[in-house]
Amino acid sequence: MTAITLRNVSKTYPGGVEAIKGVSLDIGDGEFLVLVGPSGCGKSTLLRMIAGLETITAGEISIGERVVNNLEPAERDIAMVFQNYALYPHMSVRQNLEYGLKNRRMARDEIARRVEKAAGILGIAELLARKPRQLSGGQRQRVAMGRAIVREPAAFLFDEPLSNLDAKLRVQMRAEIRHLQRSLGTTSVYVTHDQLEAMTLADRIVVLNGGVVEQVGTPMEVYERPASLFVASFIGSPAMNLVPLQQARERAAIAGLVNGSVPSGLSTDAVLGVRPEDMTVGENGAGADAVRFAFTVTAVEAVGAESYVHGNLQGGAGDIAVRMPGYHRLEPGTVLSAVTAPEKLHFFAGASGQRVDRAGAAQ
Amino acid sequence: MVENRPLTNIVTHGVLILGAAVFVLPIWIAFVASTHTGREVNRGLTLWPGDQFIANYTTALTEGVATAGAPPLALMLFNSTVMALAIAVGKITISLLSAFAIVYFRFPFRVLAFWTIFVTLMLPVEVRILPTFEVVAGLGLLNSYAGLSIPLIASATATFLFRQFFMTVPDELTEAARIDGAGPLRFFRDILVPLSRTNLAALFVILFIYGWNQYLWPLLVTTDESYYTIVMGIQRMLATSDQLPEWHLIMATAILAMIPPVLVIVLMQRLFVRGLVEVEK
Ligand SMILES: Nc1ncnc2c1ncn2[C@@H]1O[C@H](COP(=O)(O)OP(=O)(O)OP(=O)(O)O)[C@@H](O)[C@H]1O
Ligand SMILES: [Mg+2]
Repeated sequence: MTAITLRNVSKTYPGGVEAIKGVSLDIGDGEFLVLVGPSGCGKSTLLRMIAGLETITAGEISIGERVVNNLEPAERDIAMVFQNYALYPHMSVRQNLEYGLKNRRMARDEIARRVEKAAGILGIAELLARKPRQLSGGQRQRVAMGRAIVREPAAFLFDEPLSNLDAKLRVQMRAEIRHLQRSLGTTSVYVTHDQLEAMTLADRIVVLNGGVVEQVGTPMEVYERPASLFVASFIGSPAMNLVPLQQARERAAIAGLVNGSVPSGLSTDAVLGVRPEDMTVGENGAGADAVRFAFTVTAVEAVGAESYVHGNLQGGAGDIAVRMPGYHRLEPGTVLSAVTAPEKLHFFAGASGQRVDRAGAAQ
Repeated sequence: MVENRPLTNIVTHGVLILGAAVFVLPIWIAFVASTHTGREVNRGLTLWPGDQFIANYTTALTEGVATAGAPPLALMLFNSTVMALAIAVGKITISLLSAFAIVYFRFPFRVLAFWTIFVTLMLPVEVRILPTFEVVAGLGLLNSYAGLSIPLIASATATFLFRQFFMTVPDELTEAARIDGAGPLRFFRDILVPLSRTNLAALFVILFIYGWNQYLWPLLVTTDESYYTIVMGIQRMLATSDQLPEWHLIMATAILAMIPPVLVIVLMQRLFVRGLVEVEK
């Protein structure tokens, strides 16, 4: 049973940079938690604090039953996989895997058993005699994982372990990591700036921004109910359309809205969000309560299986993109209507960026 | 530059051959001189070896140069080897440890320690030779191996070299070792020293030769013949008042004195090159 708990954890670097500002998290036993956020938001810092590689300025971190604030990394029963693998260049793969176990004075045959087992799981058995420099990037990545597995730790910590791999290998290793974590059932914290990686790997996602947690939730929750403007813009690819509301007849309004209305009680600086994939072009199948926007096509991005139509909302400033299945070519200047269901609209308060739930939903 | 024009080739080769000849010529002349009889050498310069090779070298090795009162060659070679090894090993050990401390530990007066070491760069042996002599004499280290080597061990150059190298070792490696439960000394022994192998080999070569070629210092601290080193021994052979120097034997000694450093270079170079090829950046 290894849960990891963070209580109001903060980190201020010696130079005065406040990298983490009061983060609290409960990571369940066996959970795969992904920390995601833009560069410099403090993901690595938070992970390294859990690992014991950075001191904790304030707050408390516990792994299992123990408060680990003052424990050395080696005493925390964790294993870490680094972005650049950090394999010992002068040691063979086998020695790399063995090193941490030898330092723990583990019995020889137990070391051999664990190395064989890990090598079997990762398919690196025939590489054991090689030096790291004789391996491909993907193989090095596996060895780095192997070094974590042999330890049989209470938790795995990953810091962008796939970002040095090419796109195809990344997808493959992603699936392997997921599978491995499921079968070992080891609590894992995984740092990435790639929201796709976060969505596919995580049991729960933590979206960090500027050292503060913006949202914690399952990939579906984060995708379907982004808690803030930041999360809305960060999660999802292509990004969610975000259109500032307009002032019209004393209340907030949406440019180009043909059918449907803005929920009451929204201020005029609020922002509307709607995902390109939640909209369709044209009127087919739209019910009476469907929300419809008129827009002028400016460009079409055809990616093969689908096309993204970009346009300006009519009657105001506001760019939107709409997904269309299949391959399309449209003349710029064509006026189309984008249709969506009212529950697919998200509203965010302008000042705070917080999500506003639709009390009197759009009719 | 990958050019393949015949004229360029001829010119570059010409320059290289000329350069090599300039370096090799004095050694060749020394060798030639060591294979003639004393009288032939004193008559003038020849460019082809004579027939006295075996005779001269046997005399040099077993009897030494009688006129100079220098000890037999074998003892001087041994003394030089001890001194050069002590200097090389001592310098490397001390500078490895001090660079490790400076790069990896935060201790009070760390910056001060660093600058103190730095300042010693500006005080080579020749500059501080009199005070150093005073200290060594005061400690009763005249005419001893310790007196020959210890004062030459203190130096900043090697410390700097290791400091620069340690700073290029990725932090992640240090962190991985920490997670793997390696304490500072184990990290030093298992990771840092093996990674420094190429630097160690290169430094060993340089420092061995530095120690081997010491002249002024051994001259000052030894008065007892049994601690003479080969380099100062050669000079002693020249200092004859009433006779012509025995050039053929002196040259044989010089050639013999060259062999150990050359041997070190040749042996270490293989390790050095292998290290360069094997160790990953
Ligand atoms: N050793 C340090 N000293 C001072 N400031 C630091 C240090 N390390 C990181 N920072 C600062 O802390 C903040 C968070 O850094 P961190 O490395 O955690 O970002 P990150 O989310 O991992 O970014 P990336 O995705 O680029 O890796 C940044 O503003 C960074 O400049
Ligand atoms: Mg990072």
